[in-house]
Amino acid sequence: MASLFDHAIRLGDDALILGQRLSEWAGHAPMLEIDLALSNIGLDLIGQATHFLKLAGEEEGKGRDADALAFRRDVLDFRNCLLVEQPNGDFAQTIARQFLFSNWQELLMTEIAAAPAPALSAIGAKAVKEVAYHARYASEWVVRLGDGTEESRARMVAGLDSMWRFVDELFDPADGAASLRPAWDARIADTLHAASLDVPKPRRAVTGGRRGHHSEHLGHLLTEMQFLQRAYPGVTW
Amino acid sequence: MYTTELKDKSQKQAATPLSAEDPERLAAFEARVAADDFIEPKDWMPDAYRKTLVRQISQHAHSEIVGMLPEGNWITRAPSLRRKAVLLAKVQDEGGHGLYLYAAAETLGTSRDEMVEALHSGRAKYSTIFNYPTLTWADIGAIGWLVDGAAIMNQVPLQRTSYGPYARAMVRICKEESFHQRQGYEIMTTLAKGSAEQKRMAQDALDRWWWPSLMMFGPPDDNSPNSAQSMRWRIKRESNDEIRQRFVDATVPQAEAIGLSIPDADLKWNEARDAYDFGAIDWEEFYAVVRGEGPVAKERMAARVSAREDGRWVREAALAHAEKRAVRLAAE
Ligand SMILES: [Fe+2]
Ligand SMILES: [Fe+2]
Repeated sequence: MASLFDHAIRLGDDALILGQRLSEWAGHAPMLEIDLALSNIGLDLIGQATHFLKLAGEEEGKGRDADALAFRRDVLDFRNCLLVEQPNGDFAQTIARQFLFSNWQELLMTEIAAAPAPALSAIGAKAVKEVAYHARYASEWVVRLGDGTEESRARMVAGLDSMWRFVDELFDPADGAASLRPAWDARIADTLHAASLDVPKPRRAVTGGRRGHHSEHLGHLLTEMQFLQRAYPGVTW
Repeated sequence: MYTTELKDKSQKQAATPLSAEDPERLAAFEARVAADDFIEPKDWMPDAYRKTLVRQISQHAHSEIVGMLPEGNWITRAPSLRRKAVLLAKVQDEGGHGLYLYAAAETLGTSRDEMVEALHSGRAKYSTIFNYPTLTWADIGAIGWLVDGAAIMNQVPLQRTSYGPYARAMVRICKEESFHQRQGYEIMTTLAKGSAEQKRMAQDALDRWWWPSLMMFGPPDDNSPNSAQSMRWRIKRESNDEIRQRFVDATVPQAEAIGLSIPDADLKWNEARDAYDFGAIDWEEFYAVVRGEGPVAKERMAARVSAREDGRWVREAALAHAEKRAVRLAAE
């Protein structure tokens, strides 16, 4: 049975790493409106990460605050799923990642908001509204791109294809999220149907994030994110 | 921000001469402006007024958008979760400012696409300040403090500019700029009170951003073409040198308060003027940056052009989908 610390650190790391990825788009998105929306989603996720990591630090009781957890752990101690650390790629790949993740996160946060642990459920309750918007935003783009031009459709298919191997990890029974799968499958199928896209075929899952065994991408992401804290340890920013 | 006149006298463009306008309408227009009435999109306006406004508002919008890049350079490296969130929110605000301003300029009959095209082809300008690189985290503090600080000085009077949509956009924007200035000064304060290395970063950032910030107010009044006309039309409400002086007077004590020194040997308080005297600005550098010779001008434009080119398929997809949907809805 996962402890409250385990839960909080996983949720915090998912939000932090995806927030970090989305912030890479700032100033470079395909349209100004998309730039603003991706920043919004990134800001929500960084806010959630701050709350979850603070809680994890308190639970752990070793004096680590949210910043210590975010900026001074290495790859093996990060507990985010592999999906969120995948590079942005083109806009379709970013949207595929967001679509798969936010639909899962919305179901999960809804469950957490109703869970007995009051500290966790308070964060979950606030996050549910934010995440519902993220899921809707990503789903709308899946439909636009799937039902847009030939090029956008091909890119959307490729984006989903590259992200699909990381889906099973979200429902690993060890994390207690397996029960969310049917509802998630139904949501994904609905949107893909509206986009006239096929649900990708099942494939061999790539997992390991929840145990600290990540893709090669995470180390580079952390190198950048943690640079100042590592280069100038022990000062206030 | 960034509404400086970026041409000098020799480059002044010929707009439709005012003498070609209907004298009665022109007189009525000038009377309204003189009475501080707002001019609205449907109102008659002289051609030169429209052109000046499109140039000024679009230049301002471009500056907001290009201005996302130097600060965006540090979002992924911000040193704490709070700093990351604040910086991301700030860069997002600047994008929002760009959006309101493009919308205000569009009311004058020029599309956002045309304006962006003019920027990317080098015909339209943006503020010189964004052509300098952000080397350390302290640059994020310096930009908020000095660049947004200068922007506020420039923009507050524009809340009363004569063109209604521009004035209203300015009101929304000014509210956010003061938060930007405060977060920047707070970063600088923290660094200036920090370790020797942090203090060095802070002083170095001030050294590099001070003079370019003073240039943001545009050429000196005696070489500022169109200024008199713009003042009469209340597109501009104070002279470049007046606003620049106010900025220096407000900022010098702020630097002193946190123990940083302004990189100007000639800076000194002038009792008689009740203002600071300051050293000569390197206008040759300013005009070089205006011409596109700033240190990172090429990188800034390349980043904007590639965002637009790489995103073309996305915009085409959104249009194609909207059209297909409309056809499907009509068939139902
Ligand atoms: Fe702005
Ligand atoms: Fe600003």
